[in-house]
Amino acid sequence: MQAFANLVDKLYFINSNNVKATLLKEYLRTTPDPERGWAVSAIAGTLDFQFFKRKMIKDLTIGRVDPVLFDLSYDYVGEMSETVSHLWREAENDPPPLKQVPTLSNIIGTFKSGNQVQNAQFLTQLLNKLNASQRWALLKLGTKGLRIGVSARFLKKVLAEYGKENNPDVTLEDIERVWHAIKPPYIELLTWLDGNGELPDVSDRVVFQPVMLAHPADDGVLNTILPDKFRAEWKFDGIRVQLSVSENGRALYSRTGDDISYSFPDIVENLNYQDINGVFDGELVALEHLDCKDSKIEKNADIFVISKVNHTTSVTIGSFNNLQQRLNKKKPSKKLISAYPVGIILYDCLFLNGNDLRGMMLDQRMQQLSSWYTQQTFSFLFLSRGIAFENLQELSEIRSNVTRENSHYVEGLMIKRRSSTYVAGRPKGYWYKWKRDPLLIDAVVMYAQRGHGIRSSFYSDFTFGCWHGQQLLPICKAYSGFTDEELKALDKWVRNNTIGRFGPVKDVNKTLVCEIAFDSIHKSNRHKSGVAMRFPRVHRIRWDKPAEEAETITQLLQLVSG
Amino acid sequence: MKAHPQTWLRSDKNGLYCKPLAAYIDPVTPVQRAIITHGHADHARPGHSEVYATPQTLDIMRIRYGDDFCERSVPMAYSEEKVLGEGTLRFAPAGHILGSAQAVIEACDYRVVVSGDYKRHFDPTCTAFDVVKCDVFISEATFGLPVFTHPPIEREMQKLLDSLALFPQRCHLVGVYALGKCQRVIIALRELNYTKPIYIHGALINLCKYYETQGMILGELIPVSSVENTKTLAGEIVLAPPSALNDRWSRKLPNVMTCMASGWMQIRARSKQRRAELPLIISDHADWNELIQTLQDINPDELWVTHGREEALVHFAKTLGFKAKALSLVGYEEDANS
Ligand SMILES: [Zn+2]
Ligand SMILES: [Zn+2]
Repeated sequence: MQAFANLVDKLYFINSNNVKATLLKEYLRTTPDPERGWAVSAIAGTLDFQFFKRKMIKDLTIGRVDPVLFDLSYDYVGEMSETVSHLWREAENDPPPLKQVPTLSNIIGTFKSGNQVQNAQFLTQLLNKLNASQRWALLKLGTKGLRIGVSARFLKKVLAEYGKENNPDVTLEDIERVWHAIKPPYIELLTWLDGNGELPDVSDRVVFQPVMLAHPADDGVLNTILPDKFRAEWKFDGIRVQLSVSENGRALYSRTGDDISYSFPDIVENLNYQDINGVFDGELVALEHLDCKDSKIEKNADIFVISKVNHTTSVTIGSFNNLQQRLNKKKPSKKLISAYPVGIILYDCLFLNGNDLRGMMLDQRMQQLSSWYTQQTFSFLFLSRGIAFENLQELSEIRSNVTRENSHYVEGLMIKRRSSTYVAGRPKGYWYKWKRDPLLIDAVVMYAQRGHGIRSSFYSDFTFGCWHGQQLLPICKAYSGFTDEELKALDKWVRNNTIGRFGPVKDVNKTLVCEIAFDSIHKSNRHKSGVAMRFPRVHRIRWDKPAEEAETITQLLQLVSG
Repeated sequence: MKAHPQTWLRSDKNGLYCKPLAAYIDPVTPVQRAIITHGHADHARPGHSEVYATPQTLDIMRIRYGDDFCERSVPMAYSEEKVLGEGTLRFAPAGHILGSAQAVIEACDYRVVVSGDYKRHFDPTCTAFDVVKCDVFISEATFGLPVFTHPPIEREMQKLLDSLALFPQRCHLVGVYALGKCQRVIIALRELNYTKPIYIHGALINLCKYYETQGMILGELIPVSSVENTKTLAGEIVLAPPSALNDRWSRKLPNVMTCMASGWMQIRARSKQRRAELPLIISDHADWNELIQTLQDINPDELWVTHGREEALVHFAKTLGFKAKALSLVGYEEDANS
């Protein structure tokens, strides 16, 4: 436990990813099994139970600490676990002291098998034995609140780096492929990463398959686009998912391999391997039921009517905002599910009915996928259709027409080489994304804050505002899009134009205008301005433009579509 | 004539005023007669007519503000006693920084001790705190919450050396307050056998030189400004005032690991606020246990609490059976030299 607490404490403060990786690898090298595997699990967030509730901590602390001092301390520290970790004191009738600090595996095992009363006793003994920073790590771990700036994705990368040092064949894709099929403390996996033993065999389990990614389409690529070589599809505005169903199980994964099945029981629980058996690549989108006479459908009927329910109702794609209501919900309520229905637009197939299609060309895979699709009846599955075009100019017109009209639904185009096999990672020359042109507005710099990590000495995080009468209302924050030179110039400008501060935030003269690029804009009642933008970034600094000529909120609202 | 200190010792907009001695203790604005407990800028300000302080505190004020920091300075070594107006003044060591003192005031048949800033942890850069029995003890309370328990400095400095061993390519930039903390950190490193040169920011040079004249051995110190190629500072320890940590000055340093030496580093949110990647809990103030210990050692009739987190200390002193109250003083910076 000491080594784990020490690691967690260091990771918590470090900004640099390199340093985090070094610390983690050092820990993996010097810590035995199963200890290190439990640590990996704790950091990756794959421990599937809470040792104790916050209430248990509170109940145990009361009586040990003067309540006035506790409240004053809690006010100052601002956080329960840390306050308790500093204030904890042994009490008279406590259970006998532990002889030594138990291992992490021992702690996890004991809590897992204990009942409420036994766990309260054990927690007391542990808190008596540990020092303040170890207590903090324990309390955070035990309440599943261990947030130390290390994502599961990052941890897997570090595991791959660690493994490569012992065995050059180890890849991140290997780890991602087996990750969801194995359980902590990951002894098989770590043994393999140490260079002893084989990659765990997961062929009889449902697992995430690493996905194929696209490059942005630049002019050089676009000039080679011909309809017989490339297939064009809409790039829908949802989230990339992988649907996996077989006799071994069923799951829905995000593009990084996180199992998100629990958020979408309306999809996953309706799947049965007799009717659907394979691994599918697609876009999870919000759905909207529309009256057929709705003018929205008339305009671009072929894209948006993805399914006709009957002669009066059709299903179309809903806004990303609607989809967002469904993301990261551990247990979505029936009400939420029916208010925000979702579906998947399938656009590729890695396995079908037990056959691995990844070595086939895209056209063949799509042929297999669509012939299976026509026979299935799941109402929440849709098929991405190809877009017919004669040449680049025509494709370009289609793209700008559609994306201009309906920014909710389409992010642009995907262009895929018809002969491409399915290759995990980002292979060159196969898939391209041709995003729609960003929307642009002029906004005024309102506040600035220092950046993180390498940028921590620069003012690089900005809040922008637009006019609402005589007043500026904040509309978005942006931290990217500028060159290093521009960043230096902005930093200098902030230092010379600071008029006040609130903690780390500098209030600046409302005189500098930047052109902000963003992908789409939605109504939002969580923001004072009434709108929320996706992916805002600084497109250009308008040193020349007077602040009063920046956009108004009214103008912004006109960009909201749908 | 016997008169309770509450009738002749009170705070006003200038600071704490002692009527029988016609003097302010650590006033925040220029006054006629000032008693200065130590050289930190929020306690020792320039522009007073007359200043009573230890010789080291006067030296420090001279270094910081120039020779004309006051009209007349009166040096008083520890335990030297002076009649001042209708009372007497002497200084007792406070263990906070070099020259730091408690002001021991006797007047109207009462003895009052004003602690200034103090600590009880061992510190080779200054004389240890002296327990002076008194009727009223006026204590600071910068770290006056039970969440503050300062670890031994060796343990914190070992953390720094361990990090240096694990990340030999990173320049370890340590934020230290220029007066006291800086020199204490250097000596602690030397005691752990760190013999390499230590690189220092320009703002630290003069006070380090002064500590050396007072007999402290700091080893080889090299101003960062004299290093031709700052890339060579990878793997070295660089000390700088906290304000320089995230500022332009630090950009020229290679591959920086930001460390911060302060008692506030005990609290995670405070460390994050400072962007300290390696927080070092090193304080020149009494932690909670030392505050309570001192109160019990002195065992005064009354405790008055000045700057810091008065509320918790006053509350706890009362539960221990002391008469206690908070004296609200203005103008002391919580985060200035802690
Ligand atoms: Zn001080
Ligand atoms: Zn102070």
